[in-house]
Amino acid sequence: MMAVADAALAHRARNADTGPAVRFEGVTKSFGSRTVLDDVSFEVPAGSGYAIIGRSGTGKSVALRHIIGLIVPDRGRVFVFDDEVSALKGAELSRVRRRVGFLFQNAALFDSISVGENVAFPLRRHTRLREAEIRARALDKLAAVGLEREYDKMPAALSGGMRKRAGLARAMALDPRLLLVDEPSAGLDPVTTDEIDRLLLDLKRQGGATIVLVTHNIPSARRLADQVIMLHEGRIAAQGTPDALDTFDNELVRAFMRSEHAG
Amino acid sequence: MPPYELRETSRQLYELGLRSAPLIAVSGIAVGVVLSMHTRASLERFGAESMIPAGLALALVRETGPLTAGLLLSGRIGAGIGAELGAMRVTEQIDALEATAVDAFRYLVVTRVAACVIALPILTTVMNFAGMFGGYLAENAATGMSLRVYFDRSFSVVDMTDYVPATVKTMVFGFIIATISAFLGFTTESGTEGVGRASTRAVVLSSILIIVTNVVLVRLIFFLFPQAAG
Repeated sequence: MMAVADAALAHRARNADTGPAVRFEGVTKSFGSRTVLDDVSFEVPAGSGYAIIGRSGTGKSVALRHIIGLIVPDRGRVFVFDDEVSALKGAELSRVRRRVGFLFQNAALFDSISVGENVAFPLRRHTRLREAEIRARALDKLAAVGLEREYDKMPAALSGGMRKRAGLARAMALDPRLLLVDEPSAGLDPVTTDEIDRLLLDLKRQGGATIVLVTHNIPSARRLADQVIMLHEGRIAAQGTPDALDTFDNELVRAFMRSEHAG
Repeated sequence: MPPYELRETSRQLYELGLRSAPLIAVSGIAVGVVLSMHTRASLERFGAESMIPAGLALALVRETGPLTAGLLLSGRIGAGIGAELGAMRVTEQIDALEATAVDAFRYLVVTRVAACVIALPILTTVMNFAGMFGGYLAENAATGMSLRVYFDRSFSVVDMTDYVPATVKTMVFGFIIATISAFLGFTTESGTEGVGRASTRAVVLSSILIIVTNVVLVRLIFFLFPQAAG
């Protein structure tokens, strides 16, 4: 009886998620002889916007993939809320992933099913909602990104910006508490970039979600992030608010922050 | 039913199985016509033309049908799975599945393997009948033989020990095609060039493996069913 009570308490404690949304502890990752992340540690406070910036090939996307367990560190630990993602497998890892949304750089929509089915996919897999409710929710999510009329279209029929918005709708389908966004402005015109930024900002302010963003786009990082880290050669070169990084004691960091669209 | 992926398996049965049926049926008819013409040329010399339907049926059911279906499907299905999964890998769709808390291996690979193992014996049966029908067309053109007489003569010599082991054998072919091509697609690297390479290697490797495995399986069938060698 006592053990059951303890287990219930532990479960409740796990669900309380009092800690940071994401925590890296001395994460090192190499591919072959190339070390992409070298003893990287940082914390993302719950409910905040957090940008990872840096030049191409500095390990930004690799860091993002560690958060959802798509990549496992060679050394170190990665936590999402109170779960050590880097040590989880199977059903336990799936449980954590259900609470995290991921917008991929090229949206990664499933191209064999319609846009609406893409958004309905997580709902169909992880909820017991009836078909009508699934469709209604998928439409709601598409409406939030201005794509409710595209429900029955195939992903190939959408423009790059629309695909990205549809990817965002899919990432939001299960109302995640943590949203990971990989290069949201890559390949998009400034107007569409602003639209995506506005959607993410609404999600953070109104939905209370934590957003971890990988970007080359400094104006986007300024709009969305409370904290920024800059990766350089696999290590954290700078960490702080966007304003603090403007005056950081490192010319590379200052030059990056001055750029309108670095990388 | 996510644990068993019945919905996706059904979709794959349609994509890989039903949509392969026209290719198999048309090829079967053509193979039947050609086999019939060759057999006629040989048997005519011995005055044994009446044996054509039976000889053709035995050849089709025991070996030509299963092997031809296996090779044709290694082309259509092997290339399809290799290219589809390869493209999904390089466009991050497989990562997106994992990120959506879906077991991508079970969802993409197991379903395709199951669909192929189920579809191959059915498509082989279609091939057998299409081949016999092609044989009938050739015989009808040469001698005016009726459909009923042709099929009566065909089935007079074929029994279950001819049909069952040879057709069950194609389940192994289906397993080979799906696992090889799914593995190559799933592990694709190097962008679109890698997709092309995965697709080509899927066809080549599964075709070779089918031919080699067929030798072993025929030997096994002869061992387990000695009457099938008669």
